[in-house]
Amino acid sequence: MLYREAGQFKTNYASDHAVFPILQDRIGIFVILFIAFVVIPRTGNDFILNAVMIPFLIFALASIGLNLLTGYTGQLSLGTGAFMGVGAYACYKLTTIFPDVNIIIWIIVSGFFSAATGVVFGLPAVRIKGFYLAIATLAAQFFLEWCFTRIPWIYNYNVSAAIEVPQRELLGIIITGPRATAETRYYIVLALVVAMTWMASNIVHGRIGRTWMAVRDMDIAAELMGIRLLPTKLLAFAVSSFYCGVSGAMMVFLWYGGAESTVFNINQSFTILFMIIIGGLGSLLGSFLGAALIYILPIILRFVPPQFGLPVHAATVEHITFMVVGALIVLFLIAEPAGLARLWQIAKQKLRVWPFPY
Amino acid sequence: MRAPGGPEVAVGDVLLAVENVSLSFGGVKAVSDVSFDIRKGEIRAIIGPNGAGKTSMLNVINGFYHPQQGRITFKGEARARMRPHEAASGGIARTFQNVALFRGMTALDNIMAGRTLKMHRNFFWQMLRYGPAMREEVEHRRRAEEIIDFLKIQEIRRVPVGRLPYGLQKRVELGRALAMEPELLLLDEPMAGMNLEEKEDMSRFVLDANDYYGTTIALIEHDMGVVMDLSDRVVVLDHGIKIADGAPAEVKSNQAVIDAYLGVAH
Amino acid sequence: MGPLYQIFIDPFVQMGTAPDLFVQTLWEGMVGGMLYALIALGFVLIFKASGVFNFAQGIMVVFAALTLVGLYNIGVPAFLALGLTIAVMFGLAFAVERVVLRPLVNQPDIILFMATFGLTYFLIGAGEFVFGGDPKVMITEQLYLPKGAVTYKILGGIISVQKLDVAAAVIASVMVAGLAVFFSKTRIGRALRAVADSHAAALSVGISLEQIWVIVWFAAGLVALVTGIFWGARSDVSFALDVIALKALPVLILGGLTSIPGAIVGGLIIGIGEKMWEFYWGPLIGGGTDAWFAYVIALVFLLFKPQGLFGEKIIERV
Repeated sequence: MLYREAGQFKTNYASDHAVFPILQDRIGIFVILFIAFVVIPRTGNDFILNAVMIPFLIFALASIGLNLLTGYTGQLSLGTGAFMGVGAYACYKLTTIFPDVNIIIWIIVSGFFSAATGVVFGLPAVRIKGFYLAIATLAAQFFLEWCFTRIPWIYNYNVSAAIEVPQRELLGIIITGPRATAETRYYIVLALVVAMTWMASNIVHGRIGRTWMAVRDMDIAAELMGIRLLPTKLLAFAVSSFYCGVSGAMMVFLWYGGAESTVFNINQSFTILFMIIIGGLGSLLGSFLGAALIYILPIILRFVPPQFGLPVHAATVEHITFMVVGALIVLFLIAEPAGLARLWQIAKQKLRVWPFPY
Repeated sequence: MRAPGGPEVAVGDVLLAVENVSLSFGGVKAVSDVSFDIRKGEIRAIIGPNGAGKTSMLNVINGFYHPQQGRITFKGEARARMRPHEAASGGIARTFQNVALFRGMTALDNIMAGRTLKMHRNFFWQMLRYGPAMREEVEHRRRAEEIIDFLKIQEIRRVPVGRLPYGLQKRVELGRALAMEPELLLLDEPMAGMNLEEKEDMSRFVLDANDYYGTTIALIEHDMGVVMDLSDRVVVLDHGIKIADGAPAEVKSNQAVIDAYLGVAH
Repeated sequence: MGPLYQIFIDPFVQMGTAPDLFVQTLWEGMVGGMLYALIALGFVLIFKASGVFNFAQGIMVVFAALTLVGLYNIGVPAFLALGLTIAVMFGLAFAVERVVLRPLVNQPDIILFMATFGLTYFLIGAGEFVFGGDPKVMITEQLYLPKGAVTYKILGGIISVQKLDVAAAVIASVMVAGLAVFFSKTRIGRALRAVADSHAAALSVGISLEQIWVIVWFAAGLVALVTGIFWGARSDVSFALDVIALKALPVLILGGLTSIPGAIVGGLIIGIGEKMWEFYWGPLIGGGTDAWFAYVIALVFLLFKPQGLFGEKIIERV
């Protein structure tokens, strides 16, 4: 009853092409943004911001990045962790070489470095597909990971090969480094993620999104429409890596405060991949849902049982998380390959006719 | 509808010609020394028993297969091999035997995908969406809607094509091809798997596309009745060789053609 | 010494002046390569019979080793533990066929591939949960596997060969030979080959796909167990092995996904190649190059000869 589109007619094509044509959806988005920008900073404590919201947003952005490449364009990539790392280390070098430039600018610029790397390692996609391409992306993953530890220039010759984030400010407020408050960092991450999600949404709803999906669904027919496969795939690699690079830079500069190369290893690549499989391939909403589920799950496992008096080791949490995630992957692939996003769509469909069953 | 880029070809002149084209896969000869032409504005049927090389011929015209010998002349320009995007930008569109729609997208999106070559707003505008990119989107939506009206598929425009019945899928595929505003439309068994009513509808669409849009059509078809009714000229292939070429009535009474279909050894 | 000399001449000079080191490196590479080959062998078995690219093969190696050692550590005698582990691997094969393969039988290959990712993580979690995540020692003595090394004085120097490695080579060869005989001579082996050729045709002659899949995954599990024993003996048993196991993927690319000899040849090439590269050229660029050498080789193959050295050519039809 509530969620009906009856009476909402579109009188021109422009309004029909809006991303959220249904009024209730638009209200919903506004409510979510309000909660994100206003309610959470007011009511949440440092822990919620630091350990839940900031990483969730960062992983969601990386998931969007991978989803653009794998979910929309159909190019399976296992190099996500490395591309995130390129962004992080690029940002680090840029800000240590040019400390006076605003760090947010460097975070965005580092995305371009990641994009360039993505294009280079995406070149094999002209010839290979499917799991062969996945193996080629493993080359990117392991080679770049090696670079992060074996090229001392990248981590400014630090003895431990780790990097530490220097303090940086914006308009007089400290935003990176040990003294930056969780709230400040949260706002910046939120603003960047919202802006980039909006751009991703625009892209996938237009010509480029259709081109990507055409390449995914039937590249032979796509070629026939005049869609050139190589530029299309490379654009997907570029944009995807851009998003992953920015996410990696934010991870180091606005969350961890430092990093070692092990952060951007093959496990990271798999984690993001699992987020989009469970959340929904080819869905921006799915990227958020998947990131939420996989990231929040271990947190729940770590903190809820003690509330009931069941002690739980950190290591056990990790093991159980692996088991649950692995099982969920198989389960979702069997039951709902389109992931949580599709489940959400089905729920909305039921809402449309509620309180009637069909 | 405007014609896409390239020199103008007058109605009645040769739009596309294949000359002495031979194609083999490993040791198998799919097409042997086949020559025929397609005149602008006509409906040309390519027929023949199974395995005759008809689909391979279309694939050569499209640029998916590269013939070992022969040339393809399209709009006056001769080439040894066509490339898929040259074919597309030159104005050749195609439907496939096994419907090659983009299954993850709606019918409308599939048809809009056909407009890709005509949409030029670059990445930056796409990122912003509102503004020039939206204007372009709306302009092409208008064209897509013309085609949707023409094919009478208004109700299913938002349905993911994977869920549509076979007959409607074929119609959407035709719509996607028409969205390219092609000069030459290649149809690979457009009536396959259809009942009588669907065939009549589809025939109507093919004729209308030819009449109203002026699209030259080459179609592979098994149903003789359709071929006789629709086509202006017919070329017959058997085992990769051309065995007849001419008006439908001529071809129908040609002994070699009858033998080929009845399986008489020759 | 200019860089050109360092890259193109010096390594070969080193090989010539210290031939014992060369042979030693060669041997080490062969041993490592043989273990990669065994993992790749498990992949090939499963891929040939079910078309599934089992990403979890490497993890199965670790899982098998972990189960064996874990059982021993809670008091089960060595050979009984071995028997129980074999039973566990059978149970795993059965469970995978039921829970993962059967429901996904008609899905595109990429979905099944991703399902094996899920399986991988599940096995990692389960293995660590049940047996603990700390590295363990393989029970080589208890299985009567030889220990210690033999040194040979040849080529002007010394070469040291681990007896265990020799035993591994022998047992691996016996196993491969056994599998070859099994495939060509027995009824089940013939059925496996039929299924590899065409599922539909095999079904039409009454072969039960499900049974075949259980058998094949069990065979792969046995190969994984043997691999796990020898690998665990060389370096401790822990899930750090999974990164090493991933190297079997380039081996498959080199050898071709459907070829058993390809897996062996590919494994040896990769094993020897990466050891040589790291030993002679690695120091020039900082070392640790064995992390990516195999993948770069795979990448080159993927670009120019994707079916590998022995695989079937991949043709795409419109």
